[in-house]
Amino acid sequence: MNITRRQALALGAGAAVVTMTALPRLSLADTDAVKAAIDAMAGGATPEVANVTLTAPEIAENGNTVPITVAIDSPMTDDDYVTDVTILAAGNPSPGVATFHFTPMSGSAEATTRMRLAKTQDVIAVAKTSTGKVYMDRKTVKVTIGGCGG
Amino acid sequence: MAKAKPRVKVPKSADKDEVITIKTLISHKMESGQRKDKDGNPIPRQIINKFTCEFNGKPVFSCDLEPAISANPYLEFSAKVPESGVFTFTWLDDDGSVYSTESKIKVN
Repeated sequence: MNITRRQALALGAGAAVVTMTALPRLSLADTDAVKAAIDAMAGGATPEVANVTLTAPEIAENGNTVPITVAIDSPMTDDDYVTDVTILAAGNPSPGVATFHFTPMSGSAEATTRMRLAKTQDVIAVAKTSTGKVYMDRKTVKVTIGGCGG
Repeated sequence: MAKAKPRVKVPKSADKDEVITIKTLISHKMESGQRKDKDGNPIPRQIINKFTCEFNGKPVFSCDLEPAISANPYLEFSAKVPESGVFTFTWLDDDGSVYSTESKIKVN
């Protein structure tokens, strides 16, 4: 079968459309390890996307040190406070980054650290309160130079 | 490796029940276990895996660290100061070492 130049161009354009529509859906799908980590925090419940503010740079030039801040809207009283917050990096060789444990003595549920990111990916924060509520937030960080050795 | 050196920034004084910000940094290479040496052999993981902060013996904040934390792990968090006392900071290394430091605070 002969393919004319016109047909070849049409094929190429079609393939491009397919990959462009398929890619964003792929990046939204979390890997099993990430899902397992979220489930471990949420205990089966679906985390509500609210109350958590994850601050990270939109573009990280150096994946070796990416500053991130997580803040949770909570009264932080003895009856109602944030107990645990897990930070996950969906595209790292292993998704766990850090787990913060707060107490009412923390005063406010806010913490900052610096993390490594292997490539452009989503960073996810899952927070659990003493009343059993689970909240989350996610943010995409573009990484120019990956930070996991190699 | 050189001994890990912790550095902590805590205000010297605060009002009663004020929420203060504490900044901590410890020099540590946080070897992730993902890297290979020049012969292609994996370099074994050696990181600080846990950090805790206590005030007068009561837990304030703690954190489990994974290999995805950058070298020289930096942590910033807040604490409520109900009375004058001592903050104790402890870092646990994979190799069993414990690094700790203290910081006094006075309530006006």
